[in-house]
Amino acid sequence: MPECFILWFFVKFYEENSFLLYCYAGNILGSGVCNGNYRHWLTICISISVYTMILRPQVNDIKNIGYYLGRIILGIGLVMFLPFITGLVLFREPNPALDFLISANIAILIGLALSWLCKTDKELNTGQAMVVIALSWLAAMALSAIPLLLSGHYKSFLDACFETMSGFTTTGLTLVQDLDHLSQSHNLWRHLGPFLGGQGIAIIAISFLVKGASGTFNLYLGEGRDEKLVPNVINTARFIWVISIVYLILGTIVLGLVGISIGLKPQSAFFHGACIFMAGFDTAGFSPQSPNILYYHSLIYEIVIIFFMVIGSFNFNLHYQIWRGNFKEIWKNIETRTLLFVIMIVTLITMAGLRQLGVYSDGIMFFRKGFFQVISGQTTTGYMTIYAQQFFKEWGDLALSGIILSMALGGCACSTAGGIKMLRVGIIYKAFRQDIKAMMLSPSAVVVQKFHHIKTMFIEDAQVRAVLVVTLGYLFLYTLGTLVGVWLGYPFLEALFESTSAAANVGLSCGITDTSMPAILKVTYIIEMWAGRLELMSVFALFGFFVAFVKGK
Amino acid sequence: MKGFFFFVILCLMLSISNCYAQTSTSLDLLNNAKQYDGKTVNYKGEVIGDVMIRGDFAWLHVNDGTIAIGIWVPKAMAQDICYAGNYRNKGDIVEVSGMFHRSCLEHGGDLDIHASEIKKIISGSLAFQPISRKKTYLGAYSLILVLLFYALKKFLQGR
Repeated sequence: MPECFILWFFVKFYEENSFLLYCYAGNILGSGVCNGNYRHWLTICISISVYTMILRPQVNDIKNIGYYLGRIILGIGLVMFLPFITGLVLFREPNPALDFLISANIAILIGLALSWLCKTDKELNTGQAMVVIALSWLAAMALSAIPLLLSGHYKSFLDACFETMSGFTTTGLTLVQDLDHLSQSHNLWRHLGPFLGGQGIAIIAISFLVKGASGTFNLYLGEGRDEKLVPNVINTARFIWVISIVYLILGTIVLGLVGISIGLKPQSAFFHGACIFMAGFDTAGFSPQSPNILYYHSLIYEIVIIFFMVIGSFNFNLHYQIWRGNFKEIWKNIETRTLLFVIMIVTLITMAGLRQLGVYSDGIMFFRKGFFQVISGQTTTGYMTIYAQQFFKEWGDLALSGIILSMALGGCACSTAGGIKMLRVGIIYKAFRQDIKAMMLSPSAVVVQKFHHIKTMFIEDAQVRAVLVVTLGYLFLYTLGTLVGVWLGYPFLEALFESTSAAANVGLSCGITDTSMPAILKVTYIIEMWAGRLELMSVFALFGFFVAFVKGK
Repeated sequence: MKGFFFFVILCLMLSISNCYAQTSTSLDLLNNAKQYDGKTVNYKGEVIGDVMIRGDFAWLHVNDGTIAIGIWVPKAMAQDICYAGNYRNKGDIVEVSGMFHRSCLEHGGDLDIHASEIKKIISGSLAFQPISRKKTYLGAYSLILVLLFYALKKFLQGR
């Protein structure tokens, strides 16, 4: 009964509240808030929750997990050959290229060993898939940190792990030292991280390495995605790659040309273009130079980046609709409408704060500094056109609150963006409106509320509860990091800012994230980034798996 | 008369001391940006990244070891920069004298320094990096290990 891995956790803590258990488990098992699959998962949950006994995972379960984990690790190792080859041939950086050869070999060896020792033909079930996903993100973090550590630009392995987790989760907080002298190969790897992690590590596996329909779908769900663009999940994964690669080519060309026009040398312009696009479209916020986007001192460059950040935060399903020529979906979709509304509100708050303190004196400054940071926060990219110190020295509490709000709410579901997500914000708003209406009308009146996301749907109570539980999960994560920060002596607002930035996978920093920050805070932020990216579900599954392993019968 | 001479000498001393004003660090400038805004500062560090020519001017970035600050310089001054720091080069170490802007009106609110003078203190150079023998061996041995393991796996699967 492997599904119990995940469910025992909820059974244990929510025995008294079976309804909440069903909702949360329904959500956690990849219910989806919009595709109706939650009914299916609720049925599974109800049937499984009958078993209050915790079952210890069997050898077959562990073999299944080990096999798929091995395949994913193998994939990570193979991807490392890309910076190895480019480092050797294109950039002519032999030492950095060797870093990647060593790391790739280590990853491939582990991957081969795992998939050989745990060889199985069985497909993954939901609980196992969640555990595989949670473990594969940790494995990706540790293995990808090896070449960064070998570069000599990281103080410790923990710092390198922080960097790779930040990259894969498309956060963008960085602990690199002397970034301006980092090799192009290592820089390419830093930016490939968000590109791979943004689309999803499981998406790579599903696209190229793993067979079987139900197993792949479970892996897909495990990464916090619940919408299939096309009926087949393998084709969905491949379509996500097609979209991303087409945009990568276009984005690199556009940013490269703009880069040349602002004075960068052609080779540098296209390298920067590729890096900035990967970290911009995938809402990560890494940059090849230490001043981040301030390095370019260009309004046009910033406008292009704003465009890529915004489309990067759109739902892949929306991209699919646009791809098919259904442009009306942009205006009808609850997510884009909510995103537009939230951006307007947050911009007003931020601008009011900046105006109150007289931080900037004209409209262009408000646009390039205020609005850019709002979009960067809202899309959870984390690109900056100001220095981290300026946030707290100059911006004031009101403007900062606006940015914190934008980071916390985040971009669209089923995108590379983090945070609570616009679909959930939209559904909460609609449910709130429905309740107000119900209160105002006669008790016998039936109040229904619809929303449009690819198709028009009615809001249901179970759906709203599932949305609220994930929202509460995010709020818990934001609070956790804030409390640890405050406990370590940082001011409350700074701690809240940085914690929200980490958990919502944003990457804006007010200066706390630094090599000198305590190791416990680095670990806390790593956990926040990881849990935030996986929308808590796979993390709980992994936790449940370990407890079942120890305490199960 | 004595008083007049004393005043002239004092003025001269003050102006000389101003010419050799203390070099500010990037953190000092950022943490006290409002106090430094619109004032002439001296700032020293390594030129990094690209020198971006914009018409008769250019952007370059000077990193003092902590943070890189954008410097807006006349094109002629930028042409004296031979090495900008990156993986291959150690950049020129320069001392910049110019007006500090917390939020530059001319450049859309960027924090920058408009240089009036740049002095090259130490010329940059190519950063020679010999191929690490340790890494080469490690790479080769690990590759052999992977190939052997793969061959063994295939062999055993074949049986």
